[in-house]
Amino acid sequence: MDNLNHLLTGFGDVLTPLNLALALLGVTVGTGVGVLPGIGPAMTVALLLPITYGMHPTQAMILFAGIFYGGMYGGSTTSILLNTPGESSSVVTAIEGNKMAKAGRAAQALATSAIGSFIAGTIGTMLIVLVMPQVVKFAISLGAPEYFAIILVAFTGVTAVLGSSRLRGFAALLVGLTISIVGIDFVTGQQRLTMGIPQLADGIDVVVVAVGIFAVGEALWVAAHLRHKAAEVIPVGQPWMGRSDWRRSWKPWLRGTVLGFPFGAIPAGGAEIPTVLSYMTEKKLSKHPEEFGKGAIEGVAGPEAANNASAAGTLVPMLALGLPTNATAAIMLAALQGYGIEPGPLLLTKEPRLVWALIASLFIGNTLLLVLNLPLAPAWAKLLQIPRPYLYAGILFFASMGAYAVNAQPFDLFLLLALGLLGFAMRRFGLPVLPLIVGVILGRLAERTGRQSLQLSGGDLSGLLGGPVSWVAYGVVVLVLVWPLLAKALVRTRRSEAAA
Amino acid sequence: MTVLVGFVPNPFGEAALTAGVAEARRREEPLLVVNMSRDDVLADAHRAGEGELARVRRDLDELGLTSEVRRIEEGNDPSEVLLEVAGEVDASVIVIGLRHRSPVGKLLLGSSAQRILLDAACPVLAVKPA
Repeated sequence: MDNLNHLLTGFGDVLTPLNLALALLGVTVGTGVGVLPGIGPAMTVALLLPITYGMHPTQAMILFAGIFYGGMYGGSTTSILLNTPGESSSVVTAIEGNKMAKAGRAAQALATSAIGSFIAGTIGTMLIVLVMPQVVKFAISLGAPEYFAIILVAFTGVTAVLGSSRLRGFAALLVGLTISIVGIDFVTGQQRLTMGIPQLADGIDVVVVAVGIFAVGEALWVAAHLRHKAAEVIPVGQPWMGRSDWRRSWKPWLRGTVLGFPFGAIPAGGAEIPTVLSYMTEKKLSKHPEEFGKGAIEGVAGPEAANNASAAGTLVPMLALGLPTNATAAIMLAALQGYGIEPGPLLLTKEPRLVWALIASLFIGNTLLLVLNLPLAPAWAKLLQIPRPYLYAGILFFASMGAYAVNAQPFDLFLLLALGLLGFAMRRFGLPVLPLIVGVILGRLAERTGRQSLQLSGGDLSGLLGGPVSWVAYGVVVLVLVWPLLAKALVRTRRSEAAA
Repeated sequence: MTVLVGFVPNPFGEAALTAGVAEARRREEPLLVVNMSRDDVLADAHRAGEGELARVRRDLDELGLTSEVRRIEEGNDPSEVLLEVAGEVDASVIVIGLRHRSPVGKLLLGSSAQRILLDAACPVLAVKPA
């Protein structure tokens, strides 16, 4: 009951004209960037970071949460109408959604994805209210060694579980960790990796890293591949669903929610895995398996619910532990740090009004999104007709302005360009961006908790082991790291047995 | 010599096509229908689908005209592309659909039609849908 009271106070805080306007702005911008492939909520939040430094932290978080949820809605529109996913989380939606659109059922596909997203988002946000305080209760007892171990789980999770190659994932993580240690060592006062440049002594600002890697890197990448055949515009009427569409959609919505939420909460790369799992589940359970591959509505309803539920799930570790499990959450945490608020288990006790106002704004944003997306989907699709050079020129302008605004130093612009080139190179060579940004944001925290544990034990390495929580965490790390080797060995023995 | 039609999948394009057919018959010349799809946008409302182009081809064949339907997918300026094709096939007339433009529209966007009218080396027939 206590939580519900807090939540009601949160609603009270959100229901001011300015906060509502920010929520509306957030979901509108979020849907827009979700619709446009290549421009995602992570990049947008990074670009808006410097602008929001003048705002109250609660307002900035309401804006960012709106963008985060909005991105999940917008991505499906592009998937369905263009067969180009607007976001990585709606890749699976494109499989059946675009087939439905080609068969003249675009309106139903858009409707099931918007309503499914709304239902999953609402249930997911309610689950945050129930689960998050429990996680905080558990996390608040954790000491530095346990916290260090949990950060290591996050590192291995975002690096090893997803992506084409673990090696590339770890390479990206190491680049991120390297960027995070630039600056003055907080214990010994030594200069690390500053190369004698005084501006680097304070470390590299997370805003510059995020904007460089996401915005400049992506803009350079698109500029290198600018020429692109345009797609046809599929005409859509008003999104609506018939009775049989409802009957076939509601179960996939609920199943998608159940799959999506826990996957969002663990550091396993966000929405990609649960959307794929949901698609496979629906295909298996469907009464119309013959329709899969030709435009089955279940194949849109399930994954779309899963990706929104996982967006909600992401907020649990973000708010309770200060651990980001996807790129947007990582940058939202950077924003909190920018306000001098330390994310982590103490966040809920120290800043209860911010946390509950944020959660209340999610309920409101989710409802606004349904209103914005259900009748307006065809209007959103018009965004795709904006010439891309205009878009990316705008992004580069905002990126440079934002990077300069952080410290008002021209040096940051050179840094931005260097990081942009790094982001371009990472895209060129297939290195995932998420481990890098998680490395930059959690690197300093990992260093601090790790060194605290070592100081407590007087430099003895056993101090890192801590209690049962960290044993389990290290067990998970080892399992994730060793599993592919084990699996390979198992397959080999089975094969040799079969051969023998 | 050829009659060149700038085709878009909407009433303006249909009007241009109808006028182009009449023109080709009158001049007893072959008809070239061009659809331009910009390559710097993700989706182009002026891109005619395969089905649409196939329908135009079939209609023109049924009318017994010597005709060709071409889609151009490079470039980002329809007027430039159409003028280039006009020079290449030595067009005797260019037929385009002409839309009403509001003052705000004039401020924001250049007009492809205006550039074709001003820069074409041959006569231009600008038609409006009925």
